[in-house]
Amino acid sequence: MAQLIDRRPNAKGKSTVNRQRFLRRYKTQIKKAISEQISERSITNIDSGESVSIPTRDIAEPTFRSDQGGVREGVYPGNKEFAQGDKIKRPVNQGGEKGRRASDSGEGEDDFVFEISRDEYLDMLFDDLELPNLQKNQLRKMTKSKTVRAGFTNDGVPTNINVVRSLRSALSRRIAIGAEPRRRLRELEAELQALEQEVGGDEARRRELQQEIEALKGRIKRIPFIDTFDLRFNNFVQRPEPTSQAVMFCLMDVSGSMDQETKDIAKRFYILLYLFLTRSYRDVDVVYIRHHTQAKEVDEEEFFYSRETGGTIVSSALELTRDIIAQRYPPTDWNIYAAQASDGDNWNDDSPVCEQILAKQLLPQLRYFAYVEITRRDHQGLWAHYENLLQSNDNFAMQHIREHQDIYPVFREFFRKQTQ
Amino acid sequence: MREPISTGAEWTFELIEQYHAEIEAIAEEYGLDTYPNQVELITAEQMLDAYASIGMPIGYSHWSFGKHFIRNEQQYRRGHMGLAYEIVINSNPCIAYLMEENTMMMQALVIAHASFGHNSFFKGNYLFRAWTDAEAIIDYLVFAKRYIAECEERYGIEAVENLLDSCHALQNHGVDRYKRPYPVSMREEKERVKEREAYLQSQVNDLWHKTIPQKKAREEEARQSNFPEEPQENILYFIEKNAPLLEPWQREVVRIVRKIGQYFYPQRQTQVMNEGWACFWHYHIMNTLYDRGKVTDGFMLEFIQSHTNVVSQPDFDSPHFGGINPYALGYAMMSDIKRICVDPDEEDRKWFPDIAGSDWQRTLDFAMRNFKDESFISQFLSPRLIREFKLFSILDDEERSELEVTSIHNDSGYRHIRHSLSNQYNLSMNEPNIQVYNVDMRGDRSLTLRYVPHNRVPLADTSAEVLRHLHRLWGFGVKLETLDDEGEVIGSEECAA
Repeated sequence: MAQLIDRRPNAKGKSTVNRQRFLRRYKTQIKKAISEQISERSITNIDSGESVSIPTRDIAEPTFRSDQGGVREGVYPGNKEFAQGDKIKRPVNQGGEKGRRASDSGEGEDDFVFEISRDEYLDMLFDDLELPNLQKNQLRKMTKSKTVRAGFTNDGVPTNINVVRSLRSALSRRIAIGAEPRRRLRELEAELQALEQEVGGDEARRRELQQEIEALKGRIKRIPFIDTFDLRFNNFVQRPEPTSQAVMFCLMDVSGSMDQETKDIAKRFYILLYLFLTRSYRDVDVVYIRHHTQAKEVDEEEFFYSRETGGTIVSSALELTRDIIAQRYPPTDWNIYAAQASDGDNWNDDSPVCEQILAKQLLPQLRYFAYVEITRRDHQGLWAHYENLLQSNDNFAMQHIREHQDIYPVFREFFRKQTQ
Repeated sequence: MREPISTGAEWTFELIEQYHAEIEAIAEEYGLDTYPNQVELITAEQMLDAYASIGMPIGYSHWSFGKHFIRNEQQYRRGHMGLAYEIVINSNPCIAYLMEENTMMMQALVIAHASFGHNSFFKGNYLFRAWTDAEAIIDYLVFAKRYIAECEERYGIEAVENLLDSCHALQNHGVDRYKRPYPVSMREEKERVKEREAYLQSQVNDLWHKTIPQKKAREEEARQSNFPEEPQENILYFIEKNAPLLEPWQREVVRIVRKIGQYFYPQRQTQVMNEGWACFWHYHIMNTLYDRGKVTDGFMLEFIQSHTNVVSQPDFDSPHFGGINPYALGYAMMSDIKRICVDPDEEDRKWFPDIAGSDWQRTLDFAMRNFKDESFISQFLSPRLIREFKLFSILDDEERSELEVTSIHNDSGYRHIRHSLSNQYNLSMNEPNIQVYNVDMRGDRSLTLRYVPHNRVPLADTSAEVLRHLHRLWGFGVKLETLDDEGEVIGSEECAA
């Protein structure tokens, strides 16, 4: 009889290792394909996997093979009209063209196209990027704590009494304290016994012994069953834990000068930032703040798609950020990141104010503040004032984006791994 | 009175066991000699995994398997490719995979086809008997996987990967066509590894010590100027034994790739026979099941439909044409042999005097045991089949502007077509004939290969790439010379250090 084995419950994905090997080997090509696609990718789709295409010739496994040509004879089935000696024109498009046939999906067979999962995609996308100053700040700001067991102590509250350990130490104390009287007792009892067997023994000595035995027995009996000295308590300590929550502030100018295209670029940038943060933190809150002359906290839809007109006062958004942090996100519990996108317009007198707010109030509380200016024109006042901040604050960074294609390089520039 | 084993399309483990028992009994009556069977149920995803590793249940890790996996997975998901219903492994016990999506009929068909058809072929055919060791293969694969994983740990994934790339490029040229290898079990293999490492290294060093010859030795060498003395067709074997710079572990990896290539070599030489044999027997077994009332009419109709799909041969001008279907040709030939034995006509008596009218089971068994595709076709392809398939042969000479129909299915054409079709399955005529010709022992240690074109067929331009791989293994310059019909060197490619 055959052995019948159900392998279905076995781990599938026996090929996972080989697949990883493949991705590892063609990392360069895949990364190239990804960064070319990132700017083309639709906004809502950014969280899914990606289809990657790399040239077949790059991944070919060469062997010695025969080429077309020479003399060859082949046998084919289904002869209908040929007779021996017939001459046939050599069919065009055959030979040499093999492997170039288009497949049904419309992709030529020249490219090796395959899907990578969202995680693989993000890995490739954010490979060798890191959150700036993450370690330094984290060590300093380990503020969230967690209660963990830490052995036993001799004092504590009654709820933490460890019964087994307490009784065990009571028992050992009783044995220890009672040892000497019991030894003495055994000696006296032996002596008494010997005395009683002796005929005409010393009556006075016998009474003395009996008294002493009684006294010893009393003493042993009086050893307390349990004593405060015996009590053992479960011990707990508070261990500081790096907090795993982050909040990301998205600040954007929505004044009349920002058109939809500029907002789209900003959105892509925010999405990248969000994805990136989710890789380092378990929970990421996002706060959307839009502003023209006044700042307002809004939801995502309104943030990206509603239009406003009017002038621009950037400091209003910074102030609102500061206030929200004070109300809802104490820097001791939260890793705070902020990114500001703007076309660079600002009411001129406001730019120095922005610089002040950032330097004095915001930056000390933030992990990182990134400013992107999306414009094709020259920089205006705000840029110059922000540049002043670069020197003294290493958690402040600014970059300039002109077109879609710049987003990803700029993003990488922001979060490039810092070489020591 | 019909008492079918099952009536529905759903399979269960109990039913599979019942069918297996019935089929086993029938197979025994027909005298099929098989290894014990091990039937494993797997999912479609596991089938994809098995595809990627050429059906090996255990394989070492390499990116190329990942590539195949990804490609298959893509095609499968887009619906471009159906999965095989079964995969069968030449091992003892003989492992057959059944997919869980199959219907009950399909599972029974696969058991008849793989667990009895292929299984008995593996056990009986002379090539498999000579080249593969069904007892040891699983052990060997386990050994290979561990060994390569260990090497990766010790020398880094990249080093091992590069080495494997180079070996894979030459895997088709790592086959001993004539010598018979010894079967080895894993434990022996393990024990031998160390010995072999030391020994091989000492041999190699010896070879190169002698490269600064004394006067007397020099005379000797003049007489024996060629190394190797005879051209070597097994390039990987030559590398394993003689490459001067390889570390012992690298030689062992070369050996593993070579061994696995060798294990699959018989399968490539017996595709038509192997599939034909399996189809022939599943057809007979299923019909016997039906005759005995073990299966329903519906079951039988479903079977006939799949069977017909499998053994159909589209004409050369059909959009579905993809060469000669080995299932169709093999099945037709096996059935035809039975017909010649049981019910021969005049033509058969003339063409096959030995087997016409003989016992068909014996004759088929003999054919299965003692041939490979090439010789099987040249021995057993009958004029009747040539007519049925309407075979014709076409000569394509690069130097002429037109193709020529050299023969068709008529009296004057039968022999030529049979000969030509047989050549089509002759691996040594289809794979480029490249041999190790010389090592420049006294000079720059460069290695010279020689390519002898068959019918002026040139090498594909991948050869430069392969030479680079060979160079990596050899460590010194590598040269590939092309000879013409007269044996004169007409071209050469080089990959210098």
